[in-house]
Amino acid sequence: MSEFREKVRAWLAANVPGDEELETAKRFQTALYDAGFAGITWPEEFGGQGLTAAEQQIFDQESARYDLPTSVFRIGMGMCGPTIVDLGTPEQKARYIPPLLRGDEIWCQLFSEPGAGSDVASLQTRAVRDGDEWVINGQKVWTTVAHLADFGALLARTDPDVPKHQGLTMFLIDMHDPAVTVRPLKDMTGRAPFNEVYFENLRVPADAVLGQVGQGWLAAVTMLGHERVSIGGFVRKRHDPLAHANLAETARKYGRDTDPVVQAELAKLYAAERALALFNTRLRQEADAGTPPGARGSVAKLAGAQLMQQAVAVAGLIGGPRVAAWDPDDPAGDELALAINQTPSSSIAGGTDQIQRTIIGDRILGLPREPVVDRDVPFRELRVGTQRPA
Amino acid sequence: MQLVLDTEQQQLRSTVRKLLADHNHVRSVVDGDESYDRVLWRHLAELGLTGLVVPEEHGGAGAGHVERCLVLEELGRALAPVPFLASAVLAVDALMALGDTGLLPALASGERIGAVAVSGVDGSWGPAPVAATERDGGWVLEGTAPFVISGDVADVFVVYTESGWFVAEDARRTPLTTLDPTRGQAKLEFSATPARRLDTADPAAVLEKVRDLASVALAAEQVGGIAKVLETTVEYAKVRVQFGRAIGSYQSVKHACADLYSTSERAESLLRHAAWVADHEPEALPLAAATTQVFTGPAYFAAAASGLQLHGGIGYTWEHDAHLYYKRAKSSELLFGGQDEQLARLAGRLAEVR
Repeated sequence: MSEFREKVRAWLAANVPGDEELETAKRFQTALYDAGFAGITWPEEFGGQGLTAAEQQIFDQESARYDLPTSVFRIGMGMCGPTIVDLGTPEQKARYIPPLLRGDEIWCQLFSEPGAGSDVASLQTRAVRDGDEWVINGQKVWTTVAHLADFGALLARTDPDVPKHQGLTMFLIDMHDPAVTVRPLKDMTGRAPFNEVYFENLRVPADAVLGQVGQGWLAAVTMLGHERVSIGGFVRKRHDPLAHANLAETARKYGRDTDPVVQAELAKLYAAERALALFNTRLRQEADAGTPPGARGSVAKLAGAQLMQQAVAVAGLIGGPRVAAWDPDDPAGDELALAINQTPSSSIAGGTDQIQRTIIGDRILGLPREPVVDRDVPFRELRVGTQRPA
Repeated sequence: MQLVLDTEQQQLRSTVRKLLADHNHVRSVVDGDESYDRVLWRHLAELGLTGLVVPEEHGGAGAGHVERCLVLEELGRALAPVPFLASAVLAVDALMALGDTGLLPALASGERIGAVAVSGVDGSWGPAPVAATERDGGWVLEGTAPFVISGDVADVFVVYTESGWFVAEDARRTPLTTLDPTRGQAKLEFSATPARRLDTADPAAVLEKVRDLASVALAAEQVGGIAKVLETTVEYAKVRVQFGRAIGSYQSVKHACADLYSTSERAESLLRHAAWVADHEPEALPLAAATTQVFTGPAYFAAAASGLQLHGGIGYTWEHDAHLYYKRAKSSELLFGGQDEQLARLAGRLAEVR
């Protein structure tokens, strides 16, 4: 095991680039793949390494010393890829998994719609069978990296005459098709990492279906499970100004590190950070031993979002007015403001904190569900978002 | 680092859980005259659990802290009113750290009960206000040690003073009124009491080691308590009907249960790590131990308070166990110097590792 660590350490020292440009990121992912560090726990038959959570953990520990330019691959590696491994045909796996691991192709996830956020299954994008093809029309929104993506995993309604969860199908689509239009959408940080995506008579072949026709909800739940684990287990960036180590450094810089209140809050933040990190390690070790995390990924996601909020509070305590205003040539100020402004997204994207708590309550604790008014109603007759479907 | 239990460890847990299901009678202690459950203590001793971490050559089972923590989790779940923390943790750990093995067989077998006096007058973790004087080639103790856990039922007292560590077998004990009715505390008065000095190169270092191990052991009890609060609260939320449906179907209740679960999982993760570290990576123990208490101490009290709230009126009654967890959680948070000291310790250790 220490041999693996040595190998990782030496390789990272020699290969981590200094920027996050798209071309750099792609070259880096290819290099990771060639070195045997892409898809460490993925099955070997599709180009993964077939190793265990222990190796993954070593890799994560060593790479935490760097800022790896891998965020553009996160949705492919964390969500779409694992779902294709779970549900894909042999042809789909052979076609999509190796280029994904190599960094040749970028993926996005096309679930959310303006009228269907947390209530994903009420989506209105339609796919209609036409001979050997499906014709897709509709709109998605808040689609991360769609502007860079080569492929997308799209959830569409294929039967509006059955209740909403039963009439969905998942498709693997080509984002470069001229029938797909991507429009950047600014988030509250002022940047545009996500998009609106429009489909106008997009035609896809029958073998673009992931899983079974009408079983799109199962595919979505599978992918959302991977998503929560991926978000919750996400290794923080070395330079994330809200990570405990960096806030402690900031406290020293501002001479606030001897204030007992600051010390106490930093200690509590450290403990919460460790608790979540060790919980994620435990989930991985259990997965290795044969128990998949299931809905427990929701704990990781929820706790991760709470940790961010706690860190924002500590940042304010340490920085005081410096967190609210700074010299325009101080990059540290900009980084901190960006981090603070990104914090709400961790409680919304991938399912809100409230949705995660409901998932934990329903699926893990087995608490009775809230009365459901739409489960047996054909989708066509439902009110969705703020309107009735056409 | 191994955070998942193996089959043997899981078996140990079920054995202890079964034993406690059959023999734990919290109420007979809470509502009765006895200050601990003697029958249960004997059963624990017969299974070798009171000497779990004591080496075999000194009459123990020679197991690790991971195993002892499993036992403590179950004791914490059941609020078992036995002097395990005082005797099988604090006293055993202190004597082992001091290299004094003479008393270990009697403590390991549960035949005698040990207690450790390590509190200052304000409850801080440090020298007891007891003076040790050399007299006629031996030592005598003079003074009053406050806040001695299970000091009311112990046969042997390990006392930490400004002059180092001592063992005494006699003291005038006054049981204190305790917030937690399942764990007694006493003040011990020594009056020219003969004592044996336990020589060691660095008495303060022993004290730190004992507190680190005790912090992990206490966290195990707390994790067991959180798990039990979660379990009983979820059970209740499933069956209690208000306004025509089970209260667990209301989001306000469901989400509070989800938060309990999240707390429980994370506290358990910290504990598994700290227990593993105690066995396999002792140099990392000081940081892991303080980290665990900083999270788990307040987390248990918050969980117990939330569990009580979710039970509504019934939870506030004497008959219901919710208040026992609430009281245990608050008083546990205040042991070993309390949260202030744990936070300061963690801050200090974080500064060291930088």
